Amino acid sequence: MIKIEKRNDVSRSIYFLTPVLAIFLTLFGGGIIFYILGFNPIEALKFFFITPISDLYGLSELLVKATPLCLIAIGLSFCFKSNNWNIGAEGQLIFGGIVGGGVALLFYNHGGFYVLPIIILSGAIGGMLFAMIPAILKTYFNTNEILVSLMLVYVAKLLLDYLVVGPWSNPEGFNFPETRQFSESARMPILFDGLRIHAGIFITLITVFLSWLILYKTYLGFQIKVSGLSLKTAKYAGYKGKTMIIIVFMISGACAGLAGVGEITGPIGQLHRNISPDYGFTAIIVAFLGRLNPVGIIFASLIVALTYLGAETAQIFLQVPKYTGQVFQGMILFFLLGSDYLLFFKIKFLGLKKNEL
Amino acid sequence: MNFDLNFIGILIGAIMASSVPLILAASGELIAERSGVLNLGVEGMMIIGAISGFALMIVTDNLFFAVIGSMLSGLIISLIFGLLTQSLLTNHVATGLALTIFGIGMSAMIGKNFVGIPGKEFPLLLDNLKESIPFLGPIFFGHSIILYFAFGLPFLTNYFLKKTKTGLIIRAVGDSPTSASNQGINVTLVRYSCILYGGAMCGLAGAYLSLIYTPQWIENMTGGRGWIALALVVFATWSPIKVLIGALIFGGITILQLHMQAAGLRIPVQLLSALPYIMTIIVLVVISRDSRKIKLNTPTSLGQIFYKEK
Repeated sequence: MIKIEKRNDVSRSIYFLTPVLAIFLTLFGGGIIFYILGFNPIEALKFFFITPISDLYGLSELLVKATPLCLIAIGLSFCFKSNNWNIGAEGQLIFGGIVGGGVALLFYNHGGFYVLPIIILSGAIGGMLFAMIPAILKTYFNTNEILVSLMLVYVAKLLLDYLVVGPWSNPEGFNFPETRQFSESARMPILFDGLRIHAGIFITLITVFLSWLILYKTYLGFQIKVSGLSLKTAKYAGYKGKTMIIIVFMISGACAGLAGVGEITGPIGQLHRNISPDYGFTAIIVAFLGRLNPVGIIFASLIVALTYLGAETAQIFLQVPKYTGQVFQGMILFFLLGSDYLLFFKIKFLGLKKNEL
Repeated sequence: MNFDLNFIGILIGAIMASSVPLILAASGELIAERSGVLNLGVEGMMIIGAISGFALMIVTDNLFFAVIGSMLSGLIISLIFGLLTQSLLTNHVATGLALTIFGIGMSAMIGKNFVGIPGKEFPLLLDNLKESIPFLGPIFFGHSIILYFAFGLPFLTNYFLKKTKTGLIIRAVGDSPTSASNQGINVTLVRYSCILYGGAMCGLAGAYLSLIYTPQWIENMTGGRGWIALALVVFATWSPIKVLIGALIFGGITILQLHMQAAGLRIPVQLLSALPYIMTIIVLVVISRDSRKIKLNTPTSLGQIFYKEK
């Protein structure tokens, strides 16, 4: 006889250990899938998770991919902690990229130290403004933020498409759907010669620190957490719910916008159709895997970034499609969410009692 | 552009065909949402249906197996969602999102060896009448059986939800799971069934794309239609008949945009493509502004976890 009981308190150590359990289960599940597809599972997993980071270039690429993921996930943690479902970070990333890219094109003939900071700032503001649309519609018109933020992803994608095909396309670009390469002063400084890792990583690290400060050391952070735990309590305490919703959306939009502008001024160097391999969506997994905790999110972003790299390596060595990475990303989230059950419920195995026979 | 009557008939026929996957997926999702389940995995279930249908078609050379198989695979993949949200009480939004991401990846892996293979011909009903009757011919004839099913489905769904006991039970579970449970209804079982039905319909929607609409397998070929289907359910304020109307509008914009592109009209294609999304947002604002109106239509417990102390 199995009995399931609700736990009264959640153990903190289990809370941070279940993500590790989820990762191991994902590796196991991935091995099974590779086996079914006719690969040697150990070999395939090695190509996926070890080969990509076995040299300096690979490690640098890992950080290049983790930089935007971590940044977006940190922003999202503000929304998710307060029960606001912003799932349109991808759109905010693209819109931030568009605004930042527009400014970069505007400053095409300017040199100077001030160019890059202006571009970065405008990208952050772009993402922030774009995230305010679902926030304002939610607070003043009671609309569902999940659907609005999601719909806006497609609007942003189509706007980017329009701009790079039409008015912003490179005049000497033979009608390729891309803008001019940004000038040197509009590019993120590269940290090491020959590697792609760029100064954007510092923006991410500073943001992580600031968000830790806000979440754990300020009254706003306290309000966010209380609203997430119980809306009733938050209302009773007299918190201004509307302002808080708009603020968390602004923070997460700004982070996504920063990620977007970091990509176009960093590894990409121009605007084109695909400035993001769905970083905005994948960052949702990162936020959950990191338990909405700034330090947790850093580790989670590295692990999820590895699935991107692994998919690229596996595409070359095993001839599997690049979407394979998403199988692992989906599985991580499945297992993580599933193992949360252990957090909130305990399973007791009882012997059969006499009166039940 | 040639505006004779027959051309308009052909245009309407094309609009109907492009709205089929939206009708199927949205009708399935509508039932799930009416029972209080918000499944954001529509895109993932559709793409799994698309590859399974196509793969079965190539391997077995049997249309019936392909169509049934696509529905079954949609159902199986939605079982993951059911297991997590209903038995392990996970968050609907996150689980659905994981399902979509997983589905897109999984379909690409399965479909690796099916890229570039041309699809088989799907039988069209009364194809000869399509040519012989002007205007009405291209509208009513020469479609696949799935299209006729799709156009009947919203009416069936409407009847089912409003007039049958099972339909009433589903709505009761969606509006107040606790009272439904107190009445002796097994909320978890009802929601499981609705999720599985939604999965099967999404699988069929995907198969329509890979077997009939563009008979081939392309990675990520659903191209966001699952998300439009999700928006459509809200757009229709959870009414099956309005799903049909909405799907025709969304399908119409897709077809219109193709023709305007061909005609070289100077309206940006991207603006037209963005219209369905912008319109959904506007409709959302209009229906949500009045809190009584949205309460009247929205399943009250949508997306909430139901847990019964045993």
